[in-house]
Amino acid sequence: MKPLFAAAALALGLSVSGLAFAEPVKVGMITTLSGGGAGLGTDVRDGFMLSLKMSGNKDIEVITEDDAMKPEIAVQIADKMIQSDKVDVLTGIIWSNLAMAVVPSVLAQGKFYLSPNAGPSPLAGEKCDKNYFNVAYQNDNFHEAAGNYAEKQGIKKMFIMAPNYPAGTDSLNGFKRFYKGELVGEVYTKLGQTDYAAEIAQIRASGADSVFFFLPGGMGIAFMKQYAQSGVEIPVMGPGFSFSQDVLGAMGDAALGAKNTASWSPDLNNPKNKEFVAAFKAEYNRLPSIYAAQGFDTASLIASAAAKADVKDADAFRAALEAAEFDSVRGKFAFNTNHHPIQDFFVREVIKDADGVMTNKIAATSFVDHEDAYAKDCKM
Amino acid sequence: MQTALFIEQLLNGIQFGVMLFLMAAGLTLIFGVMGLINLAHGSLYMVGAFACASVAAATGSFWLGLVASLAAAAAAGAIVEVTVIRRLYERDHLDQVLATFALILIFSEGTRWLFGSFPLYLNIPSLLQGAVALPGGVHYPLYRLAIIGVGLGVALGLYLLIGRTRLGMRIRAGESDREMIGALGVDISTLYTVVFALGAALAGLAGAMVGALQSVEVGMGEPVLILAFVVIVIGGIGSIKGAFVGALLVGITDTMGRFLLPGMLAAVIGPAKASGIGAALASMLIYIVMALILAFRPKGLFAAQG
Repeated sequence: MKPLFAAAALALGLSVSGLAFAEPVKVGMITTLSGGGAGLGTDVRDGFMLSLKMSGNKDIEVITEDDAMKPEIAVQIADKMIQSDKVDVLTGIIWSNLAMAVVPSVLAQGKFYLSPNAGPSPLAGEKCDKNYFNVAYQNDNFHEAAGNYAEKQGIKKMFIMAPNYPAGTDSLNGFKRFYKGELVGEVYTKLGQTDYAAEIAQIRASGADSVFFFLPGGMGIAFMKQYAQSGVEIPVMGPGFSFSQDVLGAMGDAALGAKNTASWSPDLNNPKNKEFVAAFKAEYNRLPSIYAAQGFDTASLIASAAAKADVKDADAFRAALEAAEFDSVRGKFAFNTNHHPIQDFFVREVIKDADGVMTNKIAATSFVDHEDAYAKDCKM
Repeated sequence: MQTALFIEQLLNGIQFGVMLFLMAAGLTLIFGVMGLINLAHGSLYMVGAFACASVAAATGSFWLGLVASLAAAAAAGAIVEVTVIRRLYERDHLDQVLATFALILIFSEGTRWLFGSFPLYLNIPSLLQGAVALPGGVHYPLYRLAIIGVGLGVALGLYLLIGRTRLGMRIRAGESDREMIGALGVDISTLYTVVFALGAALAGLAGAMVGALQSVEVGMGEPVLILAFVVIVIGGIGSIKGAFVGALLVGITDTMGRFLLPGMLAAVIGPAKASGIGAALASMLIYIVMALILAFRPKGLFAAQG
């Protein structure tokens, strides 16, 4: 955040909150609550709702609908929410292909969109928009952090793998942006593939020192279980999505010790995060994932802006969002000029906690105050 | 090393094919005997996996889970046949597709309601853990060899059941002329329920065995269902032999395509482009094979009915 910007926003925020009472904000949440990706959407929603509950904020009304991971359904829901429910802010989308289908039309209708997960590169660069804020990350970030870590560790030969779809190619490009060693294999798998025997055989034959894979959800579970049975001993690493809390239970011991990169971890040491993790466990009886943390921060950000500005006054509300004056579970949080976060990225290790539950623990820091590679293309 | 890799990939293809056969056998049997398109077959696969995972988690025994998966899928199949499917035999295929699609939604959301949105944990039994060394320097996971064994056993069992037993004779008779065997005093509705439950049990078995390798989650059945349909179309609808040959063909083509195509393309257009194009081509390959086979044999390789 540029200091001038922050100061202006702060001044504006103060002047408004000095005289106004908090106007109610209507939030439309479109997320994935059925089908194979439902675990991710459920976590975003639960994290979002927990933030509102903990702050006791009654002025934010949330309407939630399930997109079933289908772009055409998400587009319909967005139109309905804007036209008949009259929402002010939209959020919730998990998948980049859905975000690319929904976000441009939401922005064209003058509404705000805050992304709690998807961060496709066009929306960070050429197609950035003054009313689009990404609270999570730009898609390449976690992979860049992993590439940087592999480079710093001095790993000579890498085998890298991702599904064959836009976020998959972004992933491997992000990794390669910071990893300069030799690639002994670069494989694109089918999206939704569940059998990795053919790829594991290639890994075995490749002579790699380490394997990097981006396989979120069920794909990663299948890969790790099969990898553990194959007798191949090459260590694996990945972005946080491949070893997120939602899949660790199903992976079991196969995932222990795997290194993965993310902007958040359950053991991240700051007061807000400790409060969040304890409250999430108490409320939902499970550990939060990175998606829950991002949902939580999204709600906290909306609440912080709504306390300072009336959402009907778009310029004031936007300035309040840009200021990002909320307690993030990631410790520090600031927006870059393209409304994407500047944040730290950590290397996490999969462990079993004191209760025998699989989870992540921070092992190292990969980037401090990292910006995405597309901000320079954004002309707002 | 290259031969070892090649043999390993071939075994992977066979294992994948055998697993597809378990799904396709039930599907083709149901279509052949009852003339019913059952889109909910993938849901029965999911039921098997969830039953196995939850019983294995409760008792600590994968084997009890495997028994539970057979029982649960067969029971689910029988209940669905008696309550819903039975009303669809006389309807046209569009009604069948609509009704069984509705069943997919009901099974998926029902499973989510019972087990939640997060994938379940199911591990390979300790007896079958790890990899074994085969001749030629190949290391292959024992569990995948076991799947190949079970699949071949089921294929042999089905062959004997249909060719050599009274039940099999009735099934074959039902395929050729259902009015006639009804007129001869065979209880056709019980026969249909039994066939449906048998097909469901095979799908449940496949789900449980694969669940230990992959992730046990809602919606896991649909991708396999699509491939199973490809298999029965290639093999000839209604033919168990066709399903077996078709399944192995699809399994081996898919695995070998993913393994060989990017490498072959890399020699022609360079490795950077080849990995992307190769992967895309490999995922199309089985459909290309299907189109080719249908161009020359429009009823599939082993068409059951004339």
